[in-house]
Amino acid sequence: MASIAETHTGPHDGGHHESYLTAKRGIASWLTTVDHKRIGVMYLASILFFFFVGGVAALLVRTELLNPGKDLVEHAVYNQLFTLHGAIMVFLFIVPSIPASLGNIVLPLMLGAKDVAFPKMNLASYYFYVVGAILFILTIVLGGLDTGWTFYAPYSTTTSTSVISATFGAFVLGFSSIFTGINFLVTIHKMRAPGMTWDRMPLMVWALYATSLIQVLATPVIAITLLLLICERTFGIGIFDPALGGDPVLFQHFFWFYSHPVVYVMILPGFGVISELVTVHSRKGIFGYMAIAISSVAIAFIGFLVWGHHMFVAGESSLAATVFSFLTFAVAVPTAIKVFSWIATMYGGSIRYTTPMYYVFVFLFLFSIGGLTGLFLGALAVDVQMHDTYFVVAHFHYVMMGGTFIAFLGGLFHWWPKFTGKMYDERLGKLSAVLVFIGFNVTFFTQFVLGSRGMPRRYYTYQPQFHTLHEISTIGSYILTAGLLVALVTFIKSLKSGEKATANPWNGMTLEWHTESPPIEHNFAEQPICRRGPYDFPEIDESAAGARH
Amino acid sequence: MQTFSPVLIGSGGFWMPPQASTFAPNTDALFHFILWLCAIFFAGLMGATAYFGWKYKKRSDADRTSPIRGNHKLEIVWSVIPGLLLLVIFGWGFAGYREMIVAPPNAINMHITGQKWSWTMTYPNGGEDGNRLVVPINEPVKLTMSSIDVIHSFFVPAFRVKRDVIPNRYTTIWFQATELGSYPIYCTEYCGDRHSEMIGHVDVVTREEYETYLRGLAGCSEGDDLVACGERQFQRLGCGACHSVVPGQRIVGPSLAQVFGHEVSLTDGTTLTADEDYLRQSIMDPNSQIVEGFAPQMPTFAGRLDGVNLAAVIEYIKSLQ
Repeated sequence: MASIAETHTGPHDGGHHESYLTAKRGIASWLTTVDHKRIGVMYLASILFFFFVGGVAALLVRTELLNPGKDLVEHAVYNQLFTLHGAIMVFLFIVPSIPASLGNIVLPLMLGAKDVAFPKMNLASYYFYVVGAILFILTIVLGGLDTGWTFYAPYSTTTSTSVISATFGAFVLGFSSIFTGINFLVTIHKMRAPGMTWDRMPLMVWALYATSLIQVLATPVIAITLLLLICERTFGIGIFDPALGGDPVLFQHFFWFYSHPVVYVMILPGFGVISELVTVHSRKGIFGYMAIAISSVAIAFIGFLVWGHHMFVAGESSLAATVFSFLTFAVAVPTAIKVFSWIATMYGGSIRYTTPMYYVFVFLFLFSIGGLTGLFLGALAVDVQMHDTYFVVAHFHYVMMGGTFIAFLGGLFHWWPKFTGKMYDERLGKLSAVLVFIGFNVTFFTQFVLGSRGMPRRYYTYQPQFHTLHEISTIGSYILTAGLLVALVTFIKSLKSGEKATANPWNGMTLEWHTESPPIEHNFAEQPICRRGPYDFPEIDESAAGARH
Repeated sequence: MQTFSPVLIGSGGFWMPPQASTFAPNTDALFHFILWLCAIFFAGLMGATAYFGWKYKKRSDADRTSPIRGNHKLEIVWSVIPGLLLLVIFGWGFAGYREMIVAPPNAINMHITGQKWSWTMTYPNGGEDGNRLVVPINEPVKLTMSSIDVIHSFFVPAFRVKRDVIPNRYTTIWFQATELGSYPIYCTEYCGDRHSEMIGHVDVVTREEYETYLRGLAGCSEGDDLVACGERQFQRLGCGACHSVVPGQRIVGPSLAQVFGHEVSLTDGTTLTADEDYLRQSIMDPNSQIVEGFAPQMPTFAGRLDGVNLAAVIEYIKSLQ
């Protein structure tokens, strides 16, 4: 089989090297491992656990909203549930999701490296994550949190719930992000296989590179902001609370200066995953490699300059609002280029309808809606109406869940045989994609209508005209849950009784497919050398007329 | 702009609430412009996806795929055309926004105060009302807003206006109502337990009705029954958002029925009999005496309620037996 590497490593010399899963045994060998694959697996297990916790909170929220007034819980509990859902999904699931789990495992493999540049720092990153997660769990025990995941002052400086443990948790999680970011940047710069020039890097690597840049540059700002908030609550130093002489709008500037770039930390790795999936399963070179690679970095850069679009009606100056609106539209262009390029990639391909490809289709549908609805929110006059309504809730779920989460799930199906050495039941995998697609749209498309008709977010109860749409949305969330459970069953079944995976079940060209499944402890038996681009599939008919432009 | 909307339900169409201000037609026109643009682009994207997905489905292992890896002309076209359309949306959104932030000089000035979990409206004659804003039709009204606790946000969907209400500075909005009727006001910045019940309404009335309403808003005057006037103040200040007048019913604060003359246990462990002085102090400095089992979250009414009006509220609470 052709490959981008030309060394003769691979399955045939098996027997000399143990897989990373079995090379060492016992719990201690996992907890003290510096192997990026094992750390990635631990991250994967942890984020999936918190996705489950955040998901249960979401289901409770949706069930409470089935009818106006009380269905399950009281006001105070509801407010804690939506806060818990948001905070856990953002800080404990989606920010670390693709980079720290899938990225951690595939990045060194894709580069043809033995490990990341700083393996111990990688383990430290995981332990920072664990400490942050414990602080979040502690928050639930200590009286919960009811500020929303945004911690807006002065509500957060005056509420009696456990703000300090939660913000300190987010602060510690920030270090986990920074450690991963630094590690990836150095790894990409210094540890590429011989022959892997920047324009031969898989687009997943480009996406992780852009993501890491943002993590390293933006995370310190939120860390400082949360420390200031802790100082205000603990020592009564006036920074954000007007009663102490502070300014609450300052908090929002600090908060979004981090939290907007972090939106791109969440979505860029998803873009990277989709670029891999669409090429491998279409047997086609990516359309516009440089445009996709450079647009990731462009998005990372412009992403730092649009935070004010969260504050059009929050008391920022009209001039600032106008500039931020303009820059927001500027960031839409590179994003549109990516979507056009993925679709164009399928042109002239030989598309295999595998589970990962199903998820690519789901992604293209949902993310297009998520991206396009951002135009409503970027336009000043319309945002005045839509701000803090369900329209915004629907928009960011289409982007974050329809985009990042679907890409994550697609990527998990794609690399699952590599991680575990097992294949899965394709019919079950495809069924999960179909159910998730239906459930997702029923849940969230209704919320666009709710929002444009004026339904505000974070409401425990609502006026009767919104009842039917809320009912539909809640039913959709149950279908969505069923789809996710099918995916879970697919994975469990694969672990128990899945067929053994070959080294390269999808015939991918990138280097992670050029070692055994699961990979040996040190990734490659000998140093691979990169001689081609990442998407130079053998099916491509290079002799066809008008080949290159 | 009605012709843009896919289904006609009310003056805002399928998507938007009824139109009741001068801003609404422009905001809705822009909304529907973006909606149709998105619909066309989305149909194009999904149409191409579906077509390629069908046309280039894998037929056999011998399939050969196209070597195309880019096309600069096409890439420039699909960057520049959306870019220009985005500029149009930006410009249109900005034009609408500019109108919203510059109030005409002849606007009627009113003040809005947000607090957990009610709105207080202050009119040009000094009259106040709770959770109810009455404005004359076809006249510009400017609202100067502030909060006395956390951030709230003042949102009238039918007017297409929204602005955060902040504790340490004034924010303003203005509008000119165009349809008689009553429209909800929502709080759209999360502010705690009863955030979803911090709902008021705007009544758009004729000039004559507006003037009659203003005259009736003044505080207690000679010849007023003190209890009846106290009940009016109670409603106008939104006390009922947190305090029930049904015995034993708990909303956020304790019920005020059967309090006067009865024993009250406080969180500091002491017990006292509620007299006029206890009621007065609980209104002026609410957090100095917290009833057992409740959190200290009531704002002070010092400066907003005094003289005969304070006396009237106390007499009204006394009457709740």
